[in-house]
Amino acid sequence: MNPFSSGNRLRDMIRAIRACKTAAEERAVVRKECAAIRAAINENDQGYRHRNLAKLMFIHMLGYPTHFGQMECLKLIASAGFPEKRIGYLGLMLLLDERQEVLMLVTNSLKQDLNHSNQYIVGLALCALGNISSAEMARDLAPDVERLLQFRDPNIRKKAALCSIRIIKKVPDLVENFMYPAASLLKEKHHGVLVTGVQLCTGLCKVSSEALEYFRENCTEGLVKTLRDIANSPYSPEYDVAGITDPFLHIRLLMLLRLLGQGDADASDCMTDILAQVASRTESNKNAGNAILYECVQTIMSIEDNGGLRVLAINILGRFLSNRDNNIRYVGLNMLMKAIVVEAKAVQRHRATILECVKDSDASIQKRALELVYLLVNESNVKPFTKELIEYLEVSDQEFKGDITAKICSLVEKFSPEKIWYIDQMLKVLSEAGNFVKDEVWHALIVVISNASDLHGYTVRALYRAFQASTEQESLVRVAVWCIGEYGDMLVNNVGMLDIEEPITVTESDAVDAIEVAIKHHRSDLTTKAMALIALFKLSSRFPACSERIKDIIFQNKQSLLLELQQRSIEFNCILQKYHNIRSALLERMPILDETTLRGRKDGSLPTAVSTSTIIPCDLPNGVAEPAAAPIGDLLDLSLDDVPPPISSCGDILQDLLAIDLSPASALSGTSHPPKAGTDVLLDLLSIGTLVPAETSPSALDISSSGQDNKAPLANSNGLASLPLLIADSPASSAGMMDLLDAFDPITQKLEENGPAYPSIVAYESRSLRMTFNFSKQPGNPRTTFILATFTNLSPNVYNDFLFQAAVPKFLQLHLDPASSSTLPASGDGSITQNLKVNNTQHGKKSLAMRIRIAYKTNNDDILEEGKINNFPRDL
Amino acid sequence: MGIRFILMVNKQGQTRLAQYYEWLTLEERRALEGEIVRKCLARNEQQCSFVEHRNYKIVYRRYASLFFLVGVDNDENELAILEFIHLLVETMDRHFGNVCELDIMFHLEKAHFMLEEMVMNGSIVETSKANILSPIQLMEKAS
Repeated sequence: MNPFSSGNRLRDMIRAIRACKTAAEERAVVRKECAAIRAAINENDQGYRHRNLAKLMFIHMLGYPTHFGQMECLKLIASAGFPEKRIGYLGLMLLLDERQEVLMLVTNSLKQDLNHSNQYIVGLALCALGNISSAEMARDLAPDVERLLQFRDPNIRKKAALCSIRIIKKVPDLVENFMYPAASLLKEKHHGVLVTGVQLCTGLCKVSSEALEYFRENCTEGLVKTLRDIANSPYSPEYDVAGITDPFLHIRLLMLLRLLGQGDADASDCMTDILAQVASRTESNKNAGNAILYECVQTIMSIEDNGGLRVLAINILGRFLSNRDNNIRYVGLNMLMKAIVVEAKAVQRHRATILECVKDSDASIQKRALELVYLLVNESNVKPFTKELIEYLEVSDQEFKGDITAKICSLVEKFSPEKIWYIDQMLKVLSEAGNFVKDEVWHALIVVISNASDLHGYTVRALYRAFQASTEQESLVRVAVWCIGEYGDMLVNNVGMLDIEEPITVTESDAVDAIEVAIKHHRSDLTTKAMALIALFKLSSRFPACSERIKDIIFQNKQSLLLELQQRSIEFNCILQKYHNIRSALLERMPILDETTLRGRKDGSLPTAVSTSTIIPCDLPNGVAEPAAAPIGDLLDLSLDDVPPPISSCGDILQDLLAIDLSPASALSGTSHPPKAGTDVLLDLLSIGTLVPAETSPSALDISSSGQDNKAPLANSNGLASLPLLIADSPASSAGMMDLLDAFDPITQKLEENGPAYPSIVAYESRSLRMTFNFSKQPGNPRTTFILATFTNLSPNVYNDFLFQAAVPKFLQLHLDPASSSTLPASGDGSITQNLKVNNTQHGKKSLAMRIRIAYKTNNDDILEEGKINNFPRDL
Repeated sequence: MGIRFILMVNKQGQTRLAQYYEWLTLEERRALEGEIVRKCLARNEQQCSFVEHRNYKIVYRRYASLFFLVGVDNDENELAILEFIHLLVETMDRHFGNVCELDIMFHLEKAHFMLEEMVMNGSIVETSKANILSPIQLMEKAS
């Protein structure tokens, strides 16, 4: 005996491994065995090779690496005895896969074995080839396999058939060779060969359409006859399962018939009889019978229309759904999902059962039922469905709540017949499962609320009631806080009562209480607290009586450790104390948020038509503290060194933080608050030499929450300029005042109101594009220049997705309005115009300079042009 | 196509037999086995035998202390696979005589041979117990 062999038989090793109590012990045993095996391999030991390989297989199954045994497999395969070959092939199939190069060495052995006289060895080789052959091996050995398809022994034929499936999958060119032999296989009597023959034909049909045609013409009747024979055949002990002869063959035949009948009326006609027979005569009290019925129904649904058959199929479906066995119900639901495409009305009849299934305790069934419900809902039945789903939401488990919530929200959004119903349902969902609701959903809710102006009173009262009931769900708190802030006066004065409401009395201090609760609650996160602060600020203008109290609450947050809150509270405090005159203007009711823009943004397209408004830019739609932002920015930008005033441009920050190609969300609505910040961010970036695009089509992005978060991140995590925010208790009042006033100017300046005229320049010209600037200034304001940029396309191709970006040095401030369109017609047929506003703080000392970047798509290429503009008129 | 893998796992989560018809690395296999087994072991008797995992389905059934799991494509007939599992168990039963987990462990290669006769490249080859067992019985007689 070889001194290096471990001496153990396989079962001893297994016993040793099983006796290990800990994983470390097991590893030790395995390592010892592996070492022994490796030593034996090195010694080239003949005697125990197959035993070693068996051990290796066991070890492999446990999950340890066993690649050193691969050559052993080869040697075993090459040996003459059957047991060795057997183990060798088994090891080959388990330990290797088709990507290993070692496989190439096996090809020769395989070839010899395929031509061996012993049919069992041929079978082995076919098995191995069928399981792991690679494309080259397949190509080499295909002729042998073809020949074997007609071998005398049925066992070989069936294995050859399955092997061929793999070959044609790997090498689709060889399909023609296999078509005719496959057709002849279908006429066999031996079940094994039949089953594999059918599978081979199925494989062929899937790979090549000409094979499909061929089979469709020649073999359909044959197949039908075979199925009929099997269905009618007497009891056969070999293949019988639960009283049905060879259900596997039944099912495979039905699958192939499905492929052949799909889309072809003649073939479908052939099959209708046998399908009807199978569907009606198969017993369904055993699993095997049900399996056949399942396949039958799938086939009926896929082939060309035949009314009677469909009715039969739907009946079977109904029976499945009411079966007590979970498996059958699951399968029934599956079938319904496929049937709904074809026979929607019939499926609606089973609505009640499906709803039952949603409440089932089994997770798989629940998921399927929920998907089905989603497909079933249409305008007429959305209300009862939603009611059921929301009732279920209250009792469902945590992990499922997320799914259901998402589905309910999308259902409600798609199909809601009227706004008040939508708001009601969303309120219920938020109260139940607000924590699972995604941000976009409650943002959309706010948009809808603001659009439904007659329902404002109703909404705010309902929210108030819900808020009083529980403050656990964050989203509910946020929406409630926002609404109370906006429509607080309606709440207190019971404005706009609807008939169905009960009157409630809410005083001003109650409303303020509610919001205070939101701020002080330990579970509120940053967004909620920030929103609450804004809401309080709004209320301070609407409820002048509570103004002192509100000021106190805001003041309390001045020392907050959270930057966002501290900033807001200080800014609001500032305005409350010093700038009373602008406060009311700041806090007017927000304009209606633009639903179409929101939806368009959600659909992923950049809205190009953006409504520019001439509202005072500070009065921003989503109540984000951008009004405060402007003053702060201007207050700060006196110290013009490297501090980028932390002005909002949500998009830019998000762009930086998330590296997504977003356009700046300055507002939920389409107002054009040009991101004044864009450039301010640029100011610092320029020194590093990269261009951060100041994008120009403001479309709502991640809306209010991002809007609110924008200041903090921009201020302290912009990555490039992480300078602490110098809070301006400031001294900058007078200059600040001036800049505040500046910011009040409507950006869309009419060019007629100009001061001195300046010559227009061709700012940038290349072979494909020209950009000209027209300048104008306001009479009293020499530092600010309004530029009208015009782009003309000099090439014969249309430019799409046109985007203009600009960067200016630190002493300048740049605003970009949205462009007139993003498509530039060819050859100067039209042009795009865009307004820019430049504020030169070093007016008189330095002239303007600008770096630009233009991006567009033409002929499916993305083109980027960059340049510097130096030819500004001197005294701009 | 069809069947992606066949696993036999005991109630403690140890794999007793694993046959994969698509290539996965060792780490992937262990991760997969761990996940799936955890899901199946957590289910009780009343729940249905089909679990959806990533982009395929798992059909499983428990026989005594051993779980038989078969991973199949999404378009495969699940009830048929349940029948197949039963057929597999019956075949092994006929060969080993009252098969139990230890039989499979100690005669792993025979279990593999049987499985190989029944399933090739993810498709079912032979469903007659006599045909499946005849080569194996011949081999035993010869050795």
